Amino acid sequence: MTDSPRLLNDAASRWLLGTLALLILLVPVFSLAVPETSPFHLSTYTVALFGKYLCLALLALALDLVWGYAGILSLGHGAFFALGGYAMGMYLMRQIGSRGVYGNPLLPDFMVFLNWPALPWYWHGFDNFFFAALMVVLVPGMLAFAFGWFAFRSRVTGVYLSIITQALTYALMLAFFRNDMGFGGNNGLTDFKELLGFSLTSAATKNGLFVCSGLALIAGFLLCRWVVASRLGRVLVAVRDAESRTRFMGYRVEHYKLFVFVLSAMLAGVAGALYVPQVGIINPGEFAPLASIEVVVWVAVGGRGYLYGAIVGALLVNYAKTWFTGAFPEVWLFLLGGLFVVSTLFLPRGVIGLLGQRRRLPAATAPGGTH
Amino acid sequence: MLEASRHLPTNILYLEGVTVSFDGFKALNELSIAIAPGELRAIIGPNGAGKTTFMDVVTGKVRPSAGAVFFRDDIDLTRHDEAEIARLGIGRKFQKPTVIESLSVAENLELALRGERGVFTTLLRRHARAARERIDAILERVGLATQRERPGGALSHGQKQWLEIGMLLAQSPELLLVDEPAAGMTDRETELTAQLLREISGEHSVVVVEHDMTFVKALDCRVTVLHEGHMLAEGTLAHVQQDERVIEVYLGR
Repeated sequence: MTDSPRLLNDAASRWLLGTLALLILLVPVFSLAVPETSPFHLSTYTVALFGKYLCLALLALALDLVWGYAGILSLGHGAFFALGGYAMGMYLMRQIGSRGVYGNPLLPDFMVFLNWPALPWYWHGFDNFFFAALMVVLVPGMLAFAFGWFAFRSRVTGVYLSIITQALTYALMLAFFRNDMGFGGNNGLTDFKELLGFSLTSAATKNGLFVCSGLALIAGFLLCRWVVASRLGRVLVAVRDAESRTRFMGYRVEHYKLFVFVLSAMLAGVAGALYVPQVGIINPGEFAPLASIEVVVWVAVGGRGYLYGAIVGALLVNYAKTWFTGAFPEVWLFLLGGLFVVSTLFLPRGVIGLLGQRRRLPAATAPGGTH
Repeated sequence: MLEASRHLPTNILYLEGVTVSFDGFKALNELSIAIAPGELRAIIGPNGAGKTTFMDVVTGKVRPSAGAVFFRDDIDLTRHDEAEIARLGIGRKFQKPTVIESLSVAENLELALRGERGVFTTLLRRHARAARERIDAILERVGLATQRERPGGALSHGQKQWLEIGMLLAQSPELLLVDEPAAGMTDRETELTAQLLREISGEHSVVVVEHDMTFVKALDCRVTVLHEGHMLAEGTLAHVQQDERVIEVYLGR
C-alpha cells in the first residue's frame, strides 16, 4: 500500500548500502595509510579497478530502472554512458593546456594534428568544470528525451524498441569514429593530466575518484529506490505488466516512460563521467553495441527489478571478467554468453532471486514485486 | 468536467453513423447508438458483429473513418486519445481479465483511483487516508476484502474479473464499458457478476458486451443486437428474441 515498507528490499538494501559505505571508508585506508610493504596494502591499480566497477554498477542500476521497472529493454545504454564520459573527457582535455605534445594552449593535440585553426563551437565552455558537469547529465538526458519522445509517442515497444536503441548506439559509434566530428576519432580522448587541479596519476586522486564513485552509486541507488517506491514506481510496474490497461486507466504511458528513460540516461551519464578519469581514456569503443548488451547481462545475472540485483550483477560479472580475461582471455566471451543463457533459463530472478530462495525470504511474485 | 456534471446530459453516449473500415472490411457500418445516463445496456451479436470495435471507438483506440461519437452530449470522443478519454470518465474492462499481476490487489485499486495522473504528482504525492477507505469499500463490494495483499497474478480467473471491475469502480467513471465479463466464470460467479453490474448501473452508465444469453437475461436490461457492424434490433431481450432477423443471424443458429 501507499506507505508500507518493502521489507525484502529494505533488508537487502541496508546490507548493500552498509557494504558500500564500508568500502568507501576502508579502501582509502588500506591504500593510503597502510605502507606499501604490508601485504594488506591496496595498489592504486586495484583502487582504480574497484572504482571502475562501481561506475559500471551505476550504469547497471540505471538500466535496471528502465528495464526492471518500466519494461523498456534498452540495448543502447552504453551510448548515454559514453556521452557522459565524452563530456568529462572534453573537460580533461581542456585541462591539459599547453602540456600536450604540440604545446598548443588552446587546442587538444588531435586538433593540432588535423590542422584545425580554432576550437569548434561545441568545445567551448568545457574548460569550466561546472559547465562540463552539467553537460554530463544534460547531453545524455537530452538525447534520451529526443529519442524517447518519438519512440514512446509512436508506441514502439518490445523488441522493436530494443533494436532501435541498438541502432542509436551503433550510429553514434560510427559518428564518433570520424575525425571530423571533433572528438578525437578512433583514438578518442586521452593523455589526461589533472582533474580540478589534482594529478590523475597520484594515489590520493585515484582514491578520491573511488570515493566519489561509491558516493555516486549510493546516491543513485537511493534516488532510484525513492522513484520506484513512489506511486510513480507502481505506475511503471503497471506499464511493464499491462501497458494498455494502464493507458485505459488514464495514465499517459509515454510520459512515464519518457521520465524514467531520461532519468536513467542521466545516471548512465554520471557513471560514464566518473569512469573516464579512472581508466584514463574514452573512445568510440564505448558506443559498441556489444558493450550495451553486456550491461543487460549484468542486470540479468544479478536479478532484474530489484535495483540492488543490478549492482551485485555488475560487480560479480566485471570481477569475473577481469579475472578471466587475465587467466583465460579466449574463453571470456563464451562464458559471458553462457552466463546469459544460464541466468535466463535457470535463474529468472538472478543471483538475488537464488539467495532469496535459499534464505526462505518471502518470494517476490515477479521482478519488481512488492512483497 | 465538474461544471458539466451539474446538469444531466440527455445521452451519456451517442454514436451516429459510425463507420470503421480495415482495408475495405467494414467492422462498423453506419452504427448509431444512444445510451442514457445511468442506463445498463447489453450489446450482443455473433462473432465479427463489431462489438469490440465499438468499444475501441468509444475508448479512443480506433478512430472511425466516418460518423460522430459524443460523450455527455457535447464531448467529441474522436478528438481524444485513450488516456484522455479515461480521464473524462469512461472506463473499460477487457475481455481477457487484465490486472497488474505483480502488484497487490489493493495496489491495483490504488492505481485506478480517481485523481491526478501526472508524472510529477505520482512521484511526489501520496494518496490521502480517504483513499484507503475508498479502497476498502471497493474491496468489500467486489468481494475481495480477504485478498487485499495478494498479488493480482495469484487470483483465480473469476477474482481477476472482479478485481478489474473493482478497478473500474475506483476510477469512478460515468460510463463503464464491460467486455464479456462472464467469460470463463462459474454459474455462481456469473450470477454474482450480473447482480454487481445491476447494482452499479444507476450511479454509472454501464454497457456490457456479451455472448452468454443466460447472463444477458440475468442483467434484465435493454439489449442492442449488432450484426455486420450495424444495429439489427433494439429492445428488451424478449422483444429482440422474437425479431425475425435476429433469429436468422444469431439466435436461430
